[in-house]
Amino acid sequence: MATFKEFRNNVKPNWCPGCGDFSVQAAIQRAAANAGLTPENLAVISGIGCSGRISGYINSYGLHGIHGRSLPIAQGVKMANKDLTVIASGGDGDGFAIGMGHTIHAMRRNIDLTYIVMDNQIYGLTKGQTSPRSAAGFKTKSTPQGSIEQTLSPMQLAVTTGATFVAQSFSTDLKDLTAIIEAGLNHKGFSLINVFSPCVTYNKVNTYDWFKENLTKLADIEGYDPSSREGAMNTLMQHNDLVTGIIYQDKERPSYQQLIDGYSEEPLAHADLKMDEATFDQLVKEFI
Amino acid sequence: MPEQLSWKVGGQQGEGIESTGEIFSTALNRLGYYLYGYRHFSSRIKGGHTNNKIRVGTTKVSAIADDLDILVAFDQETIDVNYQELHQDGIIIADAKFNPMKPEDTEAAFYAVPFTEIATELGTSLMKNMVAIGATCSIINLDVSVFLDVVEEIFGRKGEKVVQKNMEAIQQGYDYMKAKMDGQSSALELPPADGNKRMFMIGNDAIALGALAAGVRLMPAYPITPASEIMEYLIKKLPKVGGTVIQTEDEIAAVTMAIGANYGGIRSFTASAGPGLSLMMEAIGLSGMTETPLVVIDTQRGGPSTGLPTKQEQSDLMAMVYGTHGEIPKVVIAPGTAEEGFYDTIEAFNIAEEYQVPVIILSDLQLSLGKHTVDKLDYNKIDIRRGKLVTDGLPEAENKAYFKRYEVTEDGVSPRVIPGVENGIHHVTGVEHDETGKPSESPANRKAQMDKRMRKLNNLHKTFPNPIEKNVKHEEADLLLIGFNSTGGAIEEAMVRLEADGVKVNHARVRLVHPFPTDEILPLIESAKHVAVVENNATGQLASIIKMNAGYPQKIKSILKYDGNPFQPHHIVDSSKELI
Repeated sequence: MATFKEFRNNVKPNWCPGCGDFSVQAAIQRAAANAGLTPENLAVISGIGCSGRISGYINSYGLHGIHGRSLPIAQGVKMANKDLTVIASGGDGDGFAIGMGHTIHAMRRNIDLTYIVMDNQIYGLTKGQTSPRSAAGFKTKSTPQGSIEQTLSPMQLAVTTGATFVAQSFSTDLKDLTAIIEAGLNHKGFSLINVFSPCVTYNKVNTYDWFKENLTKLADIEGYDPSSREGAMNTLMQHNDLVTGIIYQDKERPSYQQLIDGYSEEPLAHADLKMDEATFDQLVKEFI
Repeated sequence: MPEQLSWKVGGQQGEGIESTGEIFSTALNRLGYYLYGYRHFSSRIKGGHTNNKIRVGTTKVSAIADDLDILVAFDQETIDVNYQELHQDGIIIADAKFNPMKPEDTEAAFYAVPFTEIATELGTSLMKNMVAIGATCSIINLDVSVFLDVVEEIFGRKGEKVVQKNMEAIQQGYDYMKAKMDGQSSALELPPADGNKRMFMIGNDAIALGALAAGVRLMPAYPITPASEIMEYLIKKLPKVGGTVIQTEDEIAAVTMAIGANYGGIRSFTASAGPGLSLMMEAIGLSGMTETPLVVIDTQRGGPSTGLPTKQEQSDLMAMVYGTHGEIPKVVIAPGTAEEGFYDTIEAFNIAEEYQVPVIILSDLQLSLGKHTVDKLDYNKIDIRRGKLVTDGLPEAENKAYFKRYEVTEDGVSPRVIPGVENGIHHVTGVEHDETGKPSESPANRKAQMDKRMRKLNNLHKTFPNPIEKNVKHEEADLLLIGFNSTGGAIEEAMVRLEADGVKVNHARVRLVHPFPTDEILPLIESAKHVAVVENNATGQLASIIKMNAGYPQKIKSILKYDGNPFQPHHIVDSSKELI
């Protein structure tokens, strides 16, 4: 079995010192080892932005695609080879702005993959513009008077959209984050994990200290039941979404791939592509 | 007796016009006639004039006829809009129900036949189409029993009685018309066909069948006219080979999911029309940059924007050749017939994997939706070539060194390993990268990787089968006609007529649009007195591409049509005569 060190490569991340994404990287490596994966059977598909670089910083197969499209690419990879473990990842801009359409439909579709969003409430790589996750009144280069748009709640959205695994974590909390990612990897279906991953360069409001002060662990809420959708929604609303832990999980619903009529038992990537002549003749006959 | 016949049925959309044409043509196809059908329809479900024009021949027919022999009308609009196509021996048969008026300036014969009344007496007015088919049979002297198979296939599940009623409707239409024509035979009797069984399919069917034969396992797609039939066919067939169609949230998801699936090691593609292709352009660049195989079908329709969604046009050409920002190697193939649609789709998947590039198959509405008789498709011509795909046996990497997925090679193509393969780990990114896939901004690396990618297709025009489909009878022609996609049939017929008038004509149909096979076409341009490029767009896009590659900006002229309707041979004959 692979150790977490085997998921480390020799590439030095180009993130700023102190960036929250370093811990997410470490947590993915640990969770992959804990889940019993091997580097060659893991594919990390990422979007564009600071956090999108993560697919290059893990010793596994990886594809760094285009802005906002990590999810459809990741779903294609998983459809092609169901034996692979597929992680999609990117930032809040990637997943909740340009890629929001895909995020919603990936949750509805429920293909078995784990989507990790590094949520810093700002656009970092383009040097500090507002994000759908920025708070109202948040001042950035693109909102000098403060953001006048409503903050998006990906967790509430996920719960109502039909996601079967909805979790949130905080990047400094390596142990909890690792456990949540591991649970996401083991979940049979689509898992959304939103990770508060502070941007130390451009976000001077949602800092490490700010999160420490404002976050509540679901584990500390007595009797919290992640199988209750209603409870999940109520808790998110009561805490203004600032909770960490597994918010909601539906263990019953089959994954998309389990529901496809006629879907191959063997990974499609191993299939012999050549069609036999009898099958071809039959197909031709149907047009006569 | 005519060698061929042109028949058109028209009425309001939603009243069974399409199925009337479908039943009529399917039965004739089974008798061994060659058919070429084209549907005129609107972007709505109910209402609006629609018609289905079907050409029937004892030899291959591959264009819409200039004129019309029989017009079957279910409303006055059908007569008013279409009667001028009828030649002097033509016949209009119209439903008596709407008190049809014969236009004053036509010599065509005119019959009001109680289609609806006969059908209603038999049980339901829905069968008026069958009555019309029967009446047609009487005119062309076709035994109505040939429709039994087709009627059984369509209505069999509704029970024997429904089948009988429909056959009875056809018989009564036949009898009524026979009596009305008072025993005299029309000039439109069809000579018997050879009885051979041939396929009868729309271009989209041929493309979809080609994809299936090429080993496709996943088609992510978003519905759009005129591409949806491709996904609809594969929705039925892919489960039989363990695969599936995913209807995605948009075309960007469709193309990126296909890229992910190809990266994952299977053959996957998507199909759309201009609006969808516009959305896919960034992702096509990702395929080019990451050297991930990708096949995309563009069934062209009237643009720009929503344009004319149900009409013929060939105006996506430049966008397909040059679309996506930056520079990538890309292949654009333009099949001209359903047969070519089948074989070219298979070849597209082979090229995509051998060269690790995006391949766009350009079709157009006339080819994609027109229903044609197709000569036998040859199983033995289906071959699967996956190029430098590596699936195992890689040596252990030292120190976690990445596999050189983008190794600089002489032919520009590097070994491709898919996820899951031991010792093949590497990175893939749309950022400029080094041989292992790691991002690199070094000028020397940039140049090496750009050169490597761009040289991959240097020799494609030499290995691609028939990059230019030629009908060249003259060493020195008076006129060289050039076209692509579905215009080939009309050009061929125009040639015959021009030749009859003493004009020496050669025809070159471009099948490999990009990289452009300049060497193949240049001698034909040089040896012709006049050159005209025939295309369904307003700006002469193919002509521009030819001039850019082959020169002769003064000599190369355009014959253009962008009113939404396909070329008929006479358009090309008339315009050619003006040019020479």
